[in-house]
Amino acid sequence: MDFDLDESVAAFRAEVREFLARELTPELDDRVYRSGVSHDAAFARRLAERGWVGPGWERDDGHRRLNPYEVHVLEEELTRAEAPIYAVATTEMVANVIWLVGSAQLRAEILPRFLRGEVTIALGMTEPEAGSDVAGVRTRARRDGDRWIVDGQKMFTTNGHVTDYIFLLTRTSTRPGGPRHAGLTMFLVRLDQPGIEVQAVYTLSGERTNIVFLGGVSVEDRWRIGEVDGGWRALMLALQDEHSAAFSPHLARLLGAVEGWARAGGRLDEPDVQARLGRWATALEVAQLLELRTTWMSAAGQVPVAEGPMSKLFSTESLVDAAEDLTELVGPDALRSRLDPTALADGRIEHALRFSIGTAIYAGTSEIQRNIIAEQACRLPRSQHPSG
Amino acid sequence: MNLAPSEEQRALVASFTELLAKHASPERVRAAEPVGFDRVLWAALRDVGVLEMAVPEKHGGWGAGLLDLVLVAEPVGAAAAPAPVVETQVAAALLAALGGGPDTGADTGPGTGPGAGAGAAAARRALLAALRGERLVTLAVRPAHGDTASLVPGAAVADDAVVLDGERLLLASLHDGTRSPVANLAGAPLADVVLDAGAVELARGPAAVAAFETALDDWLVLTAGALVGMAAAAHRATCEYARERQAWGVPIGANQAVAHPLANGATALDGARLLAARAAAEPVRGSRRARELAAMAFAFAAETARQVTYDAVHFHGGYGFMLEYDLQLYYRRARGWARVWGEPRDAYLRAARARYGGDTEV
Repeated sequence: MDFDLDESVAAFRAEVREFLARELTPELDDRVYRSGVSHDAAFARRLAERGWVGPGWERDDGHRRLNPYEVHVLEEELTRAEAPIYAVATTEMVANVIWLVGSAQLRAEILPRFLRGEVTIALGMTEPEAGSDVAGVRTRARRDGDRWIVDGQKMFTTNGHVTDYIFLLTRTSTRPGGPRHAGLTMFLVRLDQPGIEVQAVYTLSGERTNIVFLGGVSVEDRWRIGEVDGGWRALMLALQDEHSAAFSPHLARLLGAVEGWARAGGRLDEPDVQARLGRWATALEVAQLLELRTTWMSAAGQVPVAEGPMSKLFSTESLVDAAEDLTELVGPDALRSRLDPTALADGRIEHALRFSIGTAIYAGTSEIQRNIIAEQACRLPRSQHPSG
Repeated sequence: MNLAPSEEQRALVASFTELLAKHASPERVRAAEPVGFDRVLWAALRDVGVLEMAVPEKHGGWGAGLLDLVLVAEPVGAAAAPAPVVETQVAAALLAALGGGPDTGADTGPGTGPGAGAGAAAARRALLAALRGERLVTLAVRPAHGDTASLVPGAAVADDAVVLDGERLLLASLHDGTRSPVANLAGAPLADVVLDAGAVELARGPAAVAAFETALDDWLVLTAGALVGMAAAAHRATCEYARERQAWGVPIGANQAVAHPLANGATALDGARLLAARAAAEPVRGSRRARELAAMAFAFAAETARQVTYDAVHFHGGYGFMLEYDLQLYYRRARGWARVWGEPRDAYLRAARARYGGDTEV
């Protein structure tokens, strides 16, 4: 067993930090927070110029393909710095699905533009009445010759007001008594077309998300991803990616901010401060190891099954608990809001509390992750769903 | 980076697992209570080199790394083995460190440095006796208070204990006058040890304290490994039970109220196992980073084992509470093996002192 990353990976980390110091300006950081939009076209272009959009992809544009550990470190550093990369991340998830099950035409249309940072895609799975139980989607696509007519509503479509496309999960057939995950079809749908309306939704973290209304939207069949009624497969591929996102960098940022607070106030030698910081520093080590394990498995040609969910579950639940505990440790001053001139650590401690809650909900709730772990790691029977 | 144990490590773990299956079955674990020691098991463990592996080659051992030891600690914990493996390994490694160069059989004269003086010679003699199986030498993981080291692991069955008394590291000979075995929750061979005039000084001063602290780091890492093994065994048994036991026509594991804590346990166990190995792999023993990681590994493993073994008893229902079932063996040891040193919070404090030491020492 060997826990060390190669020296080249450490050098690469330094390169990413240098890039961030230059490109993630305080003005950009401020704009991202005030707007609640984790996407910036110019920043995304800068990433693409480095070959850091789709960094692990096989490519022939002269950029070096990063190895899995470098990709890991890139994601870790961008996340820790709160760089506006959410649209880039969702686009990569969808690009990956297109690469795996998309038509040759769709691949040719989207993938080169994705690698150049010229196309963005929002996720359109969740609906007002279908979240974790995503097979319950009601957005319908009706075939009409060579096209499909789509009607419905999507919820929590983050960046849907700025991206080019939405990765749209629709119901295309219903067979009474048949399995609910059959009869679903996936499309890539342009968002700037008649029949689509995007409405802002503001969240506790300050992040803006959206509701997308679709009424009589016309989609040519060539924009279909995967088989008709075979959308479940495309969905599973996308979700597998989502379950292995890194959340430990958020815990690292919070811990660093509170350590800075304790150091500045001369309180680092108080036993209560030490015990609490020691506890969350420990959780951070564990979260980082669980995340590194999924990267190592992929690098070693193994397919993580329960390991991705374990990492997501542990990192986000630790973040939630750490934010609660550490804001209590800091005391009343932790109430001072981000952007308030009197706030500690630029308000990052206060923001961490609001931000943490969402992480245990989106990208697969903790309950969904536990279901997967219980089935795959503990080999327990599927938990009881009333409607099977 | 490679998170898979090597072929040699896998073979090593397999050989210990096999030995423990033969000599530390649940029946034997029960038969060894309340003392918590099985002489046949101990002899078998010694025969395969359980002490030699912890000692550098120049002191007559095989010089296995701490990572190898932590991998072996896992099956020892999984079996709830009635033998003081971790304490004796750490004590042997400490004696080797105090003994300095290889045993020449001759004292090198007065002095206080490692390898020099009567203390070092005594350490070498004690190590030799331990490796030959003539004396069982354990370690008091908490310093003596007054003239007593309390609840010393292994001391109920050991011949000697290494004890830190202020700034002096002593080798205390254990006999009726100095040792009082204590019946305890864990069914472990614990004893209170009184230091008398017969205790031999092995080292003194800052070097003695530093050597003890480094030995304690190793003990924390290896105990973390043992706790992971123990909790994993309890978790495995509970998942099996949750698949089989039916209530209202379905396996109880189909209920999220049962499945989700088990999923949390599986997650924490994987994390604890990785962290224990990570701590063991930290190359510079005695460094601040090694100390921080060792304390973290212990704290996280102790918390995990505490929760997982509680869930194991609880999800077995009334059966879990019955002495006839094995869950209680794990439940009691998960607490006892950790608490002879301290609670998780003590380890978090130790980790923080190492992490922020530069800040607070100024």
